[in-house]
Amino acid sequence: MPSFGNGRRVAIVAGVRTPFARSGTLLKDYTAIDLGRFAVAELVQRTNLDGRLVDLLVYGTVLPSVTAPNIAREVALLPHFPRTVQAYTVGRACASANQAITDAADQIALGHADIAIAGGAESLTQVPILHSRGMSDVLVAASKAKTMAQRLGILARLRPRDFVPITPAIAEPSTGETMGQSADKMAKLNAISREAQDRFAVRSHQYAAAGTADGRLRAEIVPVPHARGAEPMIATDNGIRADSTVEQLAALKPVFDRQYGTVTAGNASPLTDGASAVLLMSEDRAHALGYTPLAFIKSYAYAAVDPGEQLLQAPVLAAPVALARAGLSLRDMDLIDMHEAFAAQVLSNIKGLASAEWAARAGFSAATGDVDESRLNVLGGSLSIGHPFGATGGRIVTTVSNELARRGGQFALLTVCAAGGMGHAMVIERT
Amino acid sequence: MSANMSANMSANGEPLFSDVASGISLVVEDGVAIVTYDAPDAAVNTVNTRVAPVFARCFDEVERNPSITAMVVCSAKPDSWIAGADIDELAQVTTAADGEALSRGGQQLLDRLAALRKPTIAAIHGATLGGGLEVALACQYRIATDHAKTVLALPEVQLGLIPGAGGTQRLPRLIGLQAALEMMLTGKNIRAKKALQLGLIHEMVHPAILRAIAVKRAQQLGRGEAPVLRRRSHGATQMLLEDNALGRRVIFRQARDGVLKKTKGKYPAPFAAIDAVQRGYSDGIEAGLREEAARFGTLAVSPECRQLVSIFFATTALKKDSGLPDGVTAVPRTVRKIGILGAGFMGAGIATVAVQAGSLVRLKDASLERIAAGWRAVRDVLRERVKRRQLTRGQMDDLLSQVGGTVDYSGFGNTDLVIEAVFEDLAVKQQVLREVEAAAPDAIFASNTSTIPIHEIAKAAARPERVIGMHFFSPVHKMPLLEVIVAPDTSAETTATVVQYGRQLGKTVIVVRDGPGFYVNRILAPYINQAGRLLDEGVAIDAIDAALTDFGFPVGPITLLDEVGLDIAGKSGPIMAAAFGARMQPSAALAQVIASGRLGRKVKRGFYRYDEQGKRQGVDEAVYALTTAGSARQSMTATAIQQRTVLPMLNEAVRCLEDGIIRSPRDGDIGAVFGIGFPPFLGGPFRYLDTLGASEAVSQLDALDAQFPGCYTPAALLRTMAASNTRFHPAR
Repeated sequence: MPSFGNGRRVAIVAGVRTPFARSGTLLKDYTAIDLGRFAVAELVQRTNLDGRLVDLLVYGTVLPSVTAPNIAREVALLPHFPRTVQAYTVGRACASANQAITDAADQIALGHADIAIAGGAESLTQVPILHSRGMSDVLVAASKAKTMAQRLGILARLRPRDFVPITPAIAEPSTGETMGQSADKMAKLNAISREAQDRFAVRSHQYAAAGTADGRLRAEIVPVPHARGAEPMIATDNGIRADSTVEQLAALKPVFDRQYGTVTAGNASPLTDGASAVLLMSEDRAHALGYTPLAFIKSYAYAAVDPGEQLLQAPVLAAPVALARAGLSLRDMDLIDMHEAFAAQVLSNIKGLASAEWAARAGFSAATGDVDESRLNVLGGSLSIGHPFGATGGRIVTTVSNELARRGGQFALLTVCAAGGMGHAMVIERT
Repeated sequence: MSANMSANMSANGEPLFSDVASGISLVVEDGVAIVTYDAPDAAVNTVNTRVAPVFARCFDEVERNPSITAMVVCSAKPDSWIAGADIDELAQVTTAADGEALSRGGQQLLDRLAALRKPTIAAIHGATLGGGLEVALACQYRIATDHAKTVLALPEVQLGLIPGAGGTQRLPRLIGLQAALEMMLTGKNIRAKKALQLGLIHEMVHPAILRAIAVKRAQQLGRGEAPVLRRRSHGATQMLLEDNALGRRVIFRQARDGVLKKTKGKYPAPFAAIDAVQRGYSDGIEAGLREEAARFGTLAVSPECRQLVSIFFATTALKKDSGLPDGVTAVPRTVRKIGILGAGFMGAGIATVAVQAGSLVRLKDASLERIAAGWRAVRDVLRERVKRRQLTRGQMDDLLSQVGGTVDYSGFGNTDLVIEAVFEDLAVKQQVLREVEAAAPDAIFASNTSTIPIHEIAKAAARPERVIGMHFFSPVHKMPLLEVIVAPDTSAETTATVVQYGRQLGKTVIVVRDGPGFYVNRILAPYINQAGRLLDEGVAIDAIDAALTDFGFPVGPITLLDEVGLDIAGKSGPIMAAAFGARMQPSAALAQVIASGRLGRKVKRGFYRYDEQGKRQGVDEAVYALTTAGSARQSMTATAIQQRTVLPMLNEAVRCLEDGIIRSPRDGDIGAVFGIGFPPFLGGPFRYLDTLGASEAVSQLDALDAQFPGCYTPAALLRTMAASNTRFHPAR
């Protein structure tokens, strides 16, 4: 019986996600916790699962709420579960949901859990906005003051600049480089043309639009009610543009390097709100409960590069390791799903996989292989569907598992790049 | 034992005495007497004549024993303190004088408590109702727990009574006249937090420290140290109104006007409560207490009180009723997840009560639009509860999370019960039944039909033993009745499960046999039809409605038609006529009015006119032209209108009993009171017939039947009873 590591085989039983909505739009009234609860509550209901059987909930988020930092526990306190269910939150930037899934899978493989729910959520509308350092210092000092006079004295130290809030930027703390700048740099280093990027972005939109129209993407979506008003449920992603063309995208101006850059709003993934959840079980338990798993986790790997080098290139190092652990090669994969943070990043990753030099960095003598375009991101990706950081990994695992089952394929590889120069790869298999 | 008791100087913590029969014990701890009440073989503690002398002995001992400095009164019941007077004992009272004596006895006991020369502390956790609250009011100091189960109320008016142990005098002096009247006239529950604001209690504590704090306060008070009391600040308007005779007169007048408006003078108790309070203010507490006792005595034997108490007993008995025939038992299955077909008004209403009863709900409808509308309907009811502070925001979010929506049958696989609330059409219902049997292999299928016989629907079933009717009333979250309809093939397990689940939803459940209209709609039909006939004969719409609200119905029959929807009534009418003939023949007017597009409130056009916001205006006189009598209207006395409409309802109820549709007059009474709003002070159709007398009812029916052949023919059972001069319920 194949397994990953030496443990028990882990089944992917089902997965769901909320619609992914551009931040500040349809889901703006919901926090990441709200979104996570929508996804997990429906996962339990839709799969006819008795919530009392769930042992563990692992959840990922990138920008946790300051007031409720353990999102996993807040989600696990849904009335669907007993209060005794274990829950913890993980963070691995854009691969947080993947981290949640592999953590939960590890617990199952080890025999510490039989049934686990894993996924993640992000609201990039409701982000924590911080006071300036000066403001925080004064507020903390004032709260310790004993008299009103002292307090007023301390408050008088405030200067106008202290009132400027700090909003979280998508920038590397170590290098100060924004992710867009990193992608632009990768386009230059790997010679990815603007046209190739725009073409790849259009492809993403077209595939996602087709998958929405024929119901394949809609099937994984949990309809979410509007917090206000009397409109019908929100049941589709709102970032997918079926009519997107290369010509339209070509008209957009580069955002990060205005002079020589190629990364635009059109070939980068948008800020997005959403949540995902995946139901994992030990193979035995899944069968005992009468579930037919969508797929099994065959292997996975994480890798990292120097964030100052090619920030989003680590999947190139993770993929060959995951494949080697599965005893498979890239050619064996019926489907490949690569997270699309930027078109420039996906195309750089593809070049990296085909490169012997990158393979050598991962400790392999030959290149990982050429990505067969016909098997790649067949339902679009984050460029079109959107990218709620903490949720994306759950979406990819869900989509790939469903599509692999639909196609009757055997193996699939999924990869995710993440801030900090990190990368993830996982191989799943059917039967 | 009492002789022993005084001689026995017990060690610290040892019971000084323990009375097994009443469940009252007295323990002395560090100089504080802790009196604990734990009525044997009873779920709750009550105040009754058996415990009164035991309490009196405790009070004597506390006063006499020099080692005792103060007294704390506790309950050993998990979530109730003292839940009120013993209703069984009240029901035994046969004369007003007995009732007055009962009240005087209670007053004297609590006067004794109030006059105790040592500090007394009520340590309250759980329901503290009626006589229980009066005990607490007679203590000097009250501590209550900050717990959802801790509620304080004087609900006597709900049984046609008033507080009879000094409550009408002590409460207004403690919390002010207006607040006290509101508590007494509505009987509503006051939570600890609100009680603290009102000044009804002195302190609110966590249940874990209730006893310790009570003992500590008792010691402080015993040493003569006054604990820091939160003094309730009287508002300016309250002072202006309440602290002078003129202002109080205004308050009393407003209170009487309010009661008259709400009860139409049908219930004497609220007025008696106001009178007793007022007497206390005008002539002193002693006079007030005498008034209270006298009025209590009169009320205790009043027909209104008798009927309300009978309803109380019937609902209590129904709570323990498995719904199965005698000798049949079945273990009800636990219902954790339900499916609801149809997210309309009914489906959403059922979802609302189901999530609050702890169920997961799978709401299915044809489109996400409809599911969204159903979800919003659930949310709106819950939001209202948040606004009233009955729920927190977080609790509302949790309840909403229990509602899942689907346009296919996803998530139905592990439902325990599926309730259909789809279009009222046999073929449609049979179709969804087949679908549910395929999608939900273990589920019971319950139809929320109001007219279609369950066995007809069950003909499509592969598992007819799992098919049953659950007839909810609209709006589901407000209407207390659930009519469970058992078809010939329905299994005992199915019935037991649905009855138990109905109760879990907070409903009073009656189990009826399958048949057109079941029970509630069957007795409603001739009533509505005869109201329609009166319209045809030229009686004014508002005259009909007024006569029946005057009879005691919450709304008149024509208003009811507008509220329910004329199309719904129009649909069930022919079904009933086909089954029962002339007496169920709908009026000619109804069909004409429906044809004119007047479907009632939902389309803002019915027998009444409605403005753009849906607020009701006057009668739509244009309707008259559509009736047989045309525009001309003639007057008819309210009594005649009442006879023409109510008598056929009573007669039909008897036929239902005769046909075995209902199992007992008790179920028939409860079904009519809770399902239709039959006047509670009349006790229900069967109790009302007992009051009227079967022979009187038969002679009135015969007279009308001569005039309107076939519509008023007395039920055979009623004739038999008239002949033998028997009753439906035993005479007291």
